[in-house]
Amino acid sequence: MKVSALLENKEFKCLNPQVGIEGVIKSGYVGDLLSWVMANAGHGCAWVTIQTHVNIIAVASLLEMSCVIIPEGAEVEESTLERAIIEDIPIIITGLNAFEVCKILGNAGI
Amino acid sequence: MSYELVFDVKRGDFDTAGEASRKIKRTLQQLGVANKVIRKVSIAGYEGEMNLAIHSSGGRIVLQVGEEELVLTIEDVGPGIANIDLAMTAGWSTAGDEVRQMGFGAGMGLPNMKNNADSFEISSKIGEGTKIVMKFFV
Repeated sequence: MKVSALLENKEFKCLNPQVGIEGVIKSGYVGDLLSWVMANAGHGCAWVTIQTHVNIIAVASLLEMSCVIIPEGAEVEESTLERAIIEDIPIIITGLNAFEVCKILGNAGI
Repeated sequence: MSYELVFDVKRGDFDTAGEASRKIKRTLQQLGVANKVIRKVSIAGYEGEMNLAIHSSGGRIVLQVGEEELVLTIEDVGPGIANIDLAMTAGWSTAGDEVRQMGFGAGMGLPNMKNNADSFEISSKIGEGTKIVMKFFV
């Protein structure tokens, strides 16, 4: 499933649509402890986290994630968005909680 | 050694922390290093970089690129680790509440470095600093 296909679902909104959204979501990962994520998240994953500070982009970029999904309407810092544009990482917000996001990803075959 | 990259990392500099790891990753990509190795160096480098920002009084990351191995050295100027065995224990951390709220301080940094490197050496002296040398076979 491509990131752009996920964005067809109106529950999701990309905050930086100028970056590439044609990346393929190969897997999913949920976590807020950055070292756990670094150790275990897969290449091309969609990462669901409530962390919104700029360092999530370093993690997403180093692991070459397909996108970062911020659940439950958490606000994303401007510096995070600026870095996400530079690093070409789509930042997606949703009002859904992490479990509901995972259900949608799972139902889409991820 | 045919190539060397050096990065200084300041304590508390979370906004730019991750920059050295990103530059290391890009350099290795340009050099044509295998993705599997790049992932390991990226994880170890990021953890080292964050440790410098969270725990040290400032330090330096050095990547030496050789034909058969990459050597990543993380060295700081203090404060030093009192008990290395404890520091190497997964889940153990001295990070404060503020950085924990940012998702750091899981106590996985040093174990992540050791797990990803092909060889891992750590030495530390209170009041002087900590030095970690990791090797990755290419």
